[in-house]
Amino acid sequence: MRRSSHSTSLSDRLFDVFVYVFVTGVLVITLYPFLNVAAISFNDSVDTVRGGITVYPREFTLKNYEVIFSYEHLGTGFRNSALRTLIGTALGVLSSSMLAYTLSRKDFQGRRFISVFLALTMYVSGGLIPFFLLIRELDLMNTFAVYILPGIVSAFNVFVVRSFIDGLPYALQESAKIDGANDFTIYWRIILPLTKPALATIALFVAVGQWNSWFDTYLFNSQSEHLTTLQYELMKVLQSTQSNVDYRARNMTEVMSQVSPESVKMAITMVVTLPILFVYPFLQRYFVKGMTLGAVKT
Amino acid sequence: MEAVTSTRQTTMTRKERTKRFFRKALQNRWLYAMSLPFVVWVFVFSYLPLWGWTMAFQRYRPGRSFFEQEWVGLEHFRALFQDDLFYQVLRNTLVMSLMGLVAGFVVPIFFALMLNEVRQMFYKRFVQTVSYLPHFVSWVVVAGIVTKMLSTDNGAVNDLLMWLGIIDEPIQFMAKGKLFWIIVTLADVWKETGWNAIIYLAAIAGIGPELYEAARVDGANRIQQMWHITLPGIRTTIIILLIMSIGHLISIGFEKQFLLGNNLVREYSQVLDLYALNYGLGMGRFSFGTAINIFNSVVSVILLFTANGIFKRVTKESIM
Repeated sequence: MRRSSHSTSLSDRLFDVFVYVFVTGVLVITLYPFLNVAAISFNDSVDTVRGGITVYPREFTLKNYEVIFSYEHLGTGFRNSALRTLIGTALGVLSSSMLAYTLSRKDFQGRRFISVFLALTMYVSGGLIPFFLLIRELDLMNTFAVYILPGIVSAFNVFVVRSFIDGLPYALQESAKIDGANDFTIYWRIILPLTKPALATIALFVAVGQWNSWFDTYLFNSQSEHLTTLQYELMKVLQSTQSNVDYRARNMTEVMSQVSPESVKMAITMVVTLPILFVYPFLQRYFVKGMTLGAVKT
Repeated sequence: MEAVTSTRQTTMTRKERTKRFFRKALQNRWLYAMSLPFVVWVFVFSYLPLWGWTMAFQRYRPGRSFFEQEWVGLEHFRALFQDDLFYQVLRNTLVMSLMGLVAGFVVPIFFALMLNEVRQMFYKRFVQTVSYLPHFVSWVVVAGIVTKMLSTDNGAVNDLLMWLGIIDEPIQFMAKGKLFWIIVTLADVWKETGWNAIIYLAAIAGIGPELYEAARVDGANRIQQMWHITLPGIRTTIIILLIMSIGHLISIGFEKQFLLGNNLVREYSQVLDLYALNYGLGMGRFSFGTAINIFNSVVSVILLFTANGIFKRVTKESIM
């Protein structure tokens, strides 16, 4: 009897060791690349070529950052990325919360139709080329609007917020109604303040999506330098050593020949990544909840 | 006589019903005002492109109206199925999707199970927070990081392998076509494991502690508890997510292939969407490209229904 319980605890202890080794391994594999990129971005570029930089800079310098910030397209890109993130997120939150509220109202006639109408878009899409031609027909090529307009409504986000609203007591809305509030007032005064956790989640989803997109710039706005985005600029720099060399990208690397392209790439990567790094840990408890809600409903 | 009354009655009720409908609509006016603009929006940006599918059956020329286009039936699909490149691209798409499906499925579950066994709450939370990080970073950044880690000059992976004495000189990872599929899959695993584990961890948290206590009383060790309680406890979640990812199997997107690929590995990196981009859009063959898009969508839907059907039969659980 005693021996058996002892052997169980031994196997449990071995199991524990395995668990900690595995989990720590994941931690290292996830963190190391970021730390490595950060270290190289702060390291003297001549010294970097010697190799051996791991997680801390050997010869600290801010030169790499000085060089990339002197490149004007980066400033333009930063402004556009920030703008599209702000506007896109505001409109995304507004559309999701309004639609979700109307869909949660059991006395709303259009409820069923709109639900199905939205849900279908999650499974069927027209594809790249019809979408491209649509954007061209609508005269959205080479405009800032192309970053905002197509993505305003996201069915997934609507359903996340809706299942959150469904979890609120319906009596709140009814009593407001008796007090003479109209449907918009109920939304504005009651629903909006109460759904803040769900809205924080989808705000994060939309903001990250906006901040991270580069393909719409590549496809629709590559002719307009003043509409460039940060991700697109990074994409061009990263791809410049590979085979499909873009003229402007090569030019940029030449402009920056004072420091090695390697250091430039790492510094831009840091600039692109840092804003996210500062935001997401604080929203963690919201998006964990939001993900779970979304999975239940869709 | 009776017949006349009954018809009058139905017309009456129909009129009344219409009246009631509009009265209700008037009551709902705020709700309509808050939803219809967005419905129109969705119609324009999600449904109008579907109308563009007609292009695949035309010899589409931009600038002409719909009625002036020449209809060619299935010509573009025939051209597609006769193109040798198409089969190569289809192979790449299916192989990378399948690898992504299996790895992107097994690894997060395993990670969630392991993380669940970590007893120090602080360490557990810390690892989990860090594990989300790559999800929030763009594919552009991830591609840059992967390229850097695998590079021949001072890439971490080559350095490590050399230090361990496994290889004598650096491997050109990004130039080897056969490695491309593995690199894409691992990059995906690196980016999404932590994120995908969220749902499993939430499901695990919902398992009642009394089950574990009962198992402990029966003398089950921790591996047995994991196998007989935790895993069955998240079975439904696993199935739902599996069906959903099978539905998205063929629409794996193209960002990672676009960003990680290069001309040296093109034979292995080109997927359906890239094929549509390069050979449809890039060459102005809009109709041909649309045919590719349609093929892609139709296969996705078939896969979704097949997967759902199989699971319904096997497990009596379904998402639709």
